[in-house]
Amino acid sequence: MKEKAKLLDQETMNRSLVRIAHEIVEKNKGIQDVCIVGIRTRGVHLAARLAAFIKNIENKDVPVGILDITLYRDDLTMISSQPVVHKTEIDFDMEGKNIILVDDVLYSGRTIRAAMDALIDLGRPRSIQLAVLIDRGHRELPIRPDYVGKNIPTAKNETVEVHLVEVEGVDEVVIVEKDG
Amino acid sequence: MAEVIWNKKDLLGLEYLTQEEIELILNTADSFKEVTSREIKKVPALRGKTVVNLFYEPSTRTRVSFELAAKRLSADVINIAAETSSVKKGETLIDTGKNIEALKADIIVMRHNYSGAAMMLARHLNISVVNAGDGWHEHPTQALLDMFTLKEKLGKLEGIRVSIIGDIAHSRVARSNIWGLTKLGAKVTVCAPRMLIPPGIEEMGAAVTTDIDVALRDADAVNVLRMQFERDQNSAFPQQMEYFMKYGITEERLAKAKKNLIVMHPGPINRGIEMSSEVADCPQSVILEQVTNGIAVRMAVLFLVSQAREGKNEAAN
Repeated sequence: MKEKAKLLDQETMNRSLVRIAHEIVEKNKGIQDVCIVGIRTRGVHLAARLAAFIKNIENKDVPVGILDITLYRDDLTMISSQPVVHKTEIDFDMEGKNIILVDDVLYSGRTIRAAMDALIDLGRPRSIQLAVLIDRGHRELPIRPDYVGKNIPTAKNETVEVHLVEVEGVDEVVIVEKDG
Repeated sequence: MAEVIWNKKDLLGLEYLTQEEIELILNTADSFKEVTSREIKKVPALRGKTVVNLFYEPSTRTRVSFELAAKRLSADVINIAAETSSVKKGETLIDTGKNIEALKADIIVMRHNYSGAAMMLARHLNISVVNAGDGWHEHPTQALLDMFTLKEKLGKLEGIRVSIIGDIAHSRVARSNIWGLTKLGAKVTVCAPRMLIPPGIEEMGAAVTTDIDVALRDADAVNVLRMQFERDQNSAFPQQMEYFMKYGITEERLAKAKKNLIVMHPGPINRGIEMSSEVADCPQSVILEQVTNGIAVRMAVLFLVSQAREGKNEAAN
């Protein structure tokens, strides 16, 4: 693995998230009935940050939830690293809500497919909108994001790594090339 | 923190698990408990998998609990009761197991009256075997749900004092609890009339007493076992009334124990023998919560064995 390029640093990541926060408020004409749900692991931290930025704009709290999609994955028997099942923590009623689903990188779309199945088993939201920090292309399912931090065309042998202060101690997005 | 990897295709007993593996099951069960509290209590994790409940001993609660756990994971479930199967025609356990494997089942959940039956079956099959009780040997999922309930109530297992009261000699529940609790740092005391305490209990790491007041004095929790009067008819066995007088958990005895002592029982309860009716229904009793937690724990076990990596026969090592 070698690092090819840094795509976002702390400042540019923050700007992207602030812009997405504004777009969420604009598209939903305020934040009435808006709830944010982060997909474990990094989506959870991004969801919390978006909620904080939205509070700065609207001066109101939006409910934030955590979604664990392990049990909904379609590749449980194929992946080499063993997934650990964590808790889903959504303590608000989703009925009639506009759910902003948050993840760090959008790639094949399979995570989002699993997340939508998981959400719908919990209730019937009015809408599900998708916010991602990075869209790197190569979709395998008909899924598109509503809010994107940055579009990054990538090759399949490259990996996009999102590092967050809450997890890795630094805010950055880097593109790395797999050896061989 | 290094992530714990589950690489066992079977769950045969808590004796064969590490502290980390037991903790992984309990943590996974915690996530599944959230699933069981939803309106739609079902996730697709084992969709397309088949779980066979193979029961050589009558059991309602354990079988129903495993069946619900499998169904809440979207697995298909078949129940085989030995009395109504080819076992009656003389088929061996291994042959029965191989036939179930040939039917492309993925997990066998087995209750058997012989100690070691689950381990033997696991050695001969490539599919997963989950021990739902084998003779007097182990009943791992019961101990796991007891531990899960204790952890939920007390916040931890390390350093807590648990007394197990009753027929230790014939109890796989006691044996699994002793293995599991001591591995996680709890202090276990067993208490029973002398003839119901088998040799070797101290070597497993538990203290032994025949005095119920000693067992209750410093305990944080008491796990009261069912007296299995139907099993042993020899004359050394105490009479029911005599047992209740000497070892039955009553309000008077509870009054002398810690105020928040947790009362557990694996069920089914003999009211008026192991414990009084008042104790069974008292606020400290978590007996029905144990039943609820059993489903989450069994979901975790079924999920983990189905995800085992590079795991062949656990029984081999």
